[in-house]
Formats: sequence, structure tokens, C-alpha cells
Amino acid sequence: MKTVWLSLAALSLAGTAAVAEQVRVYNWSDYIDESLLQKFEDETGIDLIYDVFDSNELLETKLLAGGSGYDVVVPTGTFLQRQITAGVFQKLDYAKMPNAVNLWDAIKERTAQYDPGNAYSINYMWGTTGIGVNVGKVKEVLGEDAPVNSLDLVFKPENMEKLAACGVMFLDAPTEIIPAALKYIGEDPASVDPEVIAKVEPLLMSVRPYVSKFNSSEYINALANGDICVAFGWSGDILQARDRAAEADNGVEIEYNAPKEGALMWFDQMAIPADAPNPDGAMKFLNFIMDAQNMAAASNYVYYANGNKASQEFLNEDVIGDPAIYPDEDTMKNLYTVVPYDPKVQRTVTRLWTKVKSGT
Amino acid sequence: MNLRRLFLIAVPYAWLGLFFLVPFLIVFKIALSDSALSIPPYTPTLDLSGGWTSIKEFFQGLDFENFVFLTEDSLYWKSYLGSLKIASISTVLTLAVGYPIAYAMAQSADEWRPTLMMLVILPFWTSFLIRVYSWVGIISNEGLLNQLLLGMGVIDTPLQIMNTPTAVYIGIVYTYLPFMILPIYSALEKMDGSLIEAGVDLGCSKLQAFWLVTLPLSRPGMIAGCFLVFIPALGEFVIPSLLGGSKTLMIGKVLWEEFFSNRDWPVASAVAVVLLLILVIPIVLFQKNQEKAEEAGR
Repeated sequence: MKTVWLSLAALSLAGTAAVAEQVRVYNWSDYIDESLLQKFEDETGIDLIYDVFDSNELLETKLLAGGSGYDVVVPTGTFLQRQITAGVFQKLDYAKMPNAVNLWDAIKERTAQYDPGNAYSINYMWGTTGIGVNVGKVKEVLGEDAPVNSLDLVFKPENMEKLAACGVMFLDAPTEIIPAALKYIGEDPASVDPEVIAKVEPLLMSVRPYVSKFNSSEYINALANGDICVAFGWSGDILQARDRAAEADNGVEIEYNAPKEGALMWFDQMAIPADAPNPDGAMKFLNFIMDAQNMAAASNYVYYANGNKASQEFLNEDVIGDPAIYPDEDTMKNLYTVVPYDPKVQRTVTRLWTKVKSGT
Repeated sequence: MNLRRLFLIAVPYAWLGLFFLVPFLIVFKIALSDSALSIPPYTPTLDLSGGWTSIKEFFQGLDFENFVFLTEDSLYWKSYLGSLKIASISTVLTLAVGYPIAYAMAQSADEWRPTLMMLVILPFWTSFLIRVYSWVGIISNEGLLNQLLLGMGVIDTPLQIMNTPTAVYIGIVYTYLPFMILPIYSALEKMDGSLIEAGVDLGCSKLQAFWLVTLPLSRPGMIAGCFLVFIPALGEFVIPSLLGGSKTLMIGKVLWEEFFSNRDWPVASAVAVVLLLILVIPIVLFQKNQEKAEEAGR
């Protein structure tokens, strides 16, 4: 017994002696080349603790509760803007991050609408919200001329009724689906007027019975395995599903399309909470991420475009050359952005969303 | 002597006060607040630095608005009812599956009992989350069950079990089964076998003896088991969110959504307070009823 206590004591001593500097990062699921995490630890000697989430709402709950314990978090632009107002973040010290010169002005201008002067955040990745289809199954159900590049596919009840048999998933993110529905009925997708937003209710209620699940992370695997044939989701996730299916060689062929009616363009921003335990370590991590080769490795792995101009020469051709990831001029014109809701409108939006999801 | 008694009684009360009453009061206080975009995400917060006036202001900021809100929206009572329905049906199903297992265990030879007991407890050694997740692999459209049935030619199209209430029932019954088996088993095991013999000697058939002797004697075990299944099933969140579809309306899910999607802590707390009342009141009434019945029986 005595030896047990002794060894326990020795262990705890060793534990305290070995506590290295730590950085805790909270990022979206399936959103980085995991070998980069090891590389960061090797280069800096900092212990990296990497956690993942799959909804902005969840992240915001943790941030607003305070004391989340994270040093780096990755909210989407609209959420970031609200959170800055709530005093969640601390300003970045660009002097400590020399790699910031690699950032892409075209993206910085756009993210400045959420974070003026990019004082609190840097862009990690950006993308569009659109439709992923299992080409074979959708054509089998809807025929050769299935509208795979149009919102008709997911917002026309007669199409959805047929697709329900092979499975449809929607993002569980009202801030992504409601703007698309507004666009589809010819309203301003960025509207924050509760009366305008209410107009999408009949449309969403008419297709909801055919949605097998509202979820923001399960559709990558479900699409790749052939469990579902349509996903209303994020560009890179669907492209990851395409790759997983190709790797598994299971006869599933996945395709991503930004809807021709217009697609939502969003920006995921890396920021440092005001109460981060290790802000210096956090800035070392941001600097590491802004390294051109590291950022390129991440994009090559997750199939999302990034806000790093210098990384573009290291991107694979199937990333930089794919208009679904780096849209050409024409598609770019068709993309829209949205603004955050204030708390009152937020309640209308989430209530509408609960109604859509549960039918009540 | 008196001091000792007082101390003994004080311990459980202190425990209840610290781990039930205090958290409940905190939640109740948040339920009376308004949501705000700040840290923490509600207002007012108690600030003692301003002395008496700030305490007065704090109390003036509290109101029952959120409870009124719950009555105005059909979503909430519908989800309470949905949860009650799912929890009741699951409890009955668990009892129906668990009783025969417990009975068989109690009837088996002495040397087998530890092994059987082990088999019931063994799944607990695996994480609850993993056990629920593995059902996805079994009942999904491309899952084991459908592949097997399709392969044997029993069905032509995959059975849609995943994302339906059936999947939720399967998940709950599977997860909570040991909580039903163990109390029933312990009641049956303690039962004196000679009582059955006496019953049979007095002219009962085996079935009658079971009905008139075994079943009433195992009633406390059944009641304990039903409570152990019903209460957690009512607030269950993980199982419906992993196995159930968008149509499964349960209060645990609504609570989670109020908290994490709406980020409206005050309304979420109000939902939690109501859920607690719904649970506590019938249990207290039942307890009172039991006590009366016991006294009447004496």
C-alpha cells in the first residue's frame, strides 16, 4: 500500500513539473488537417488542446457563460459581430503576428463589415452554403434533368416528396436556411424584419415533413455512405463527403452546387476570448495558422477557401481551380452575405426554426 | 442522545439543501430574469456593491414573464405531453422486458446468479454514448438489421427505424433496462420460496400462486424500477437527439434548444422549473398515498 501512495505522489509531482504552456483551441468539426496540430506542438513546444463543435449557437452559449477556458475560438462573421458587442473578445496584437502580411485584402474588406478594421479576428476559412447531391440516386428519383443546381431541388415539395425516400438532411442552422428561403421567394436574404422573415414559414413547413434530420455535422458521413441523397449544407463539408465516398469506392458519387438563385457566403473568423488563459499562446497559434504553407495544407485537406493570399501558390489544383471552392467572377456576383439578428428578432427566428423542425 | 439524533437528521437535509435547494433557487432566479447579450446572458445580476438600493433594483427586475410565455406557446405543453407519453410507454415496455429477465435470474441456480448479474451490469462498463451510438449502426437504413433482412429477402426496401419514435423507444428500453431488472431481482431474490409452496398447498395453481404471491411481493421492486426508468426518461435528451428524428418532440430537447440554440437562459430555466414541478408533485402525492395504504394495511 505504501508503495502505491509513494508512486501516486511521485506521479503528481511529475505532473506538476511537466506542465507545459497550453493553448486550447475550439474549432468546427472536420475543419483542419490534423497533422498541423502535431506540427504546431513540435515547432513551438506548446501543448495544444483541440476541441470541436458543430454550431455557432453552441459556441456562443459557452462564450456568453464566460470562463470557457478556450484561447482560440472560430465563430462565423455574423455571430462574431454580436459577440464583439457583448464584450466577449480581446483585440489582437498584430505586432506579435508577423504572418498577418499573408492575409488577402479582398477577404479582409468583406470581414471588416462584421469586425471593423479586423481588430478582433482573422479570417480562417470562408465558403458558401449550397446543395450536395448523390448524383446517381437523385437522377434515379427525379430523372435526368433533376434541378441539382437550383433551390427548386430542396424547396419544391413535389421534388422533396420524392427525395424523402432516399433521405434529405438540412443544416440545423436557421441563420443559413432562412436567408436561402428568403432568396427563393424573392425577398432580401439579409432581411432582419420579423414580418418579412415570417413569409418563409409556409415554404419551410411545406418541405419539412420530407427532411429526415436537421443536423450540421452528420451529413458528411451520411452523404458519403449513401444514407442520404441530398444535403443542404456547407460547401467544403460536401466536398469532403465527395472525397470520402471516392476513397471508400462505394459507388457513391457526390456533387456540390451553389444554387443558381444565389448562395450565402460566410466567413469563419479566429478570435481570442477576453478571458483566454493564454492570449500570447493564442496569438502564436494564429500566427502559425497564417503561415502560407500551413494554411494551404488546411485548405487542401478540408476543401474550403481561405483568407490567405500567400497560401494560394501552395494550394492543390483541385482546390484553387475548383469554382465551387474559389468561385469565378460570375459566381462571386451571385453570392450574398447576411447581418446578425438582434435578440428580439432572434427569438422570432429560433421559434420559427423550432416550428419547422418539430412541426409545432 | 438528542444531539446525536439532530446531527443524523441534519446530514441528509444539509445534503438536500446544498445540492438540490440551492441549485434550484439559482435556476429559479434565472427563470425570473430577462435574457441579454452579455456575460452572463441574462439581466439583472445581483450586485451587492450598491448596497440596499441595488438589491431593491435587483428584485424589481425579476418577474414571471417567462412562465407566462410558456403558457402562450403550444410548443411547450406539447413537448411536455410528448415526453410524458414517451417516458410512460418506455417504462411499460421496460417493465414488460425486465420482469421476465429478473424473474428468470431469481429462479436460476445459486451458482449462476453472479454470472447473470454480471451480464446485466456489464454493458455499463461501456460509455452510455457509445452504446446509444452503436444502435445507429444497427438500425440505420444501411445498417446491420436492414442489411440482414434485405439479404434474407424478408423485406424489399429498408425499414425506416432510424430517426423515428420507434428508435427512441429502442434506445430508452435498452439503456434503462438494468435499472428495471436490478430492483425487481433484489425483491424477488429476497422472497421466501416457502410462501409459494404454502400457496400451492392451499390449492393455488402455479399461475395463481405467481399472481397472488410473487407479484404483490415484488411490487416494491417494480415501483422502484418504474421510477428509476420513468424519471430520467422524461428528461432524456441524448437518446432522442441521436436516434430520434425531427418529429420526436421531447422536453429535454426543447430545454437544450432554449439553452444552446436560442441562448435564452431565462426561458430555459423556466422550462426546467416546470419540468421539476411536474415530476415532484406526482411523486410526492404517490408517496403520501403509499404511506396511507401502508398504515391502512396494518
